[in-house]
Amino acid sequence: MASTAAVPFWRSAGMTYITYSNICANLVRNCLKEPFKSEAISREKVHFSVSRWVDGKPQKPTIRSDTPEV
Amino acid sequence: MFRQATHRLLTRSTTTTTTTTIRRVFSTEVATDASSGDAAFIESWKKVAPNIDPPKTPSQFMEPRPPTPSALPSKLTVNFVLPYAAELSKAEVDMVIVPATTGQMGILPGHVPTIAELKPGLLSVHEGNDIKKYFISSGFAFVHSNSYADILAVEAVPLDRIDPAQVQKGLSEFTQKLSSASTDLDKAEAQIGVDVHSALNSALTG
Repeated sequence: MASTAAVPFWRSAGMTYITYSNICANLVRNCLKEPFKSEAISREKVHFSVSRWVDGKPQKPTIRSDTPEV
Repeated sequence: MFRQATHRLLTRSTTTTTTTTIRRVFSTEVATDASSGDAAFIESWKKVAPNIDPPKTPSQFMEPRPPTPSALPSKLTVNFVLPYAAELSKAEVDMVIVPATTGQMGILPGHVPTIAELKPGLLSVHEGNDIKKYFISSGFAFVHSNSYADILAVEAVPLDRIDPAQVQKGLSEFTQKLSSASTDLDKAEAQIGVDVHSALNSALTG
């Protein structure tokens, strides 16, 4: 019982909905006028650290950040 | 997995007279009056611990769903929310036009319950003679049977905050990227860029 619904072009290219939605939102934010643009960009900045766990022990964490290292 | 689905569907419809089928409750049939608590739970609690008051369940702390009125309501109640703010919260309006992937969709009070995925485009809220327009990047619109509409968007900006020069620049940049893209992913990203910028363009000019 294969589904025959047409898939959107981004889904067939391997992109998920969240990635698509975030790309759209970033493009819209880049087209804003000045005070709103910097507000929107600073609002969406993220800074987090991720570490994989192997055998119950955390490995070296990687830091993902939009704020430049001082 | 799918072979079992057809088998289950067939057995459900044909064996209702011979065997008892498990009937699943639709969400619209669930009691919306939460203050009385779940009757079955309270009954079984009383059998086990008659001297202790039954504890409250999570649904008793929640506001019950607004009931579906029997007559057609005159206004649509809209909750238009973004991840960081609520643009409209329970606002009573006459009509909302949302940019669904299947085209511009108008939502009036008494609209059939719908779930619509939104594409980048114009959202307009009509209240009397005022029309408020927003450009939405993408999101979803849920219309419920009690004339409540929930519109969720990732980014929504009033049209006067959009810079037309940036839009033109972005459009030409992505059109160029689309023609020179090699991998599927690059093509998809460039296509998204072209779609968003042309939607922004038509929102500004239309």
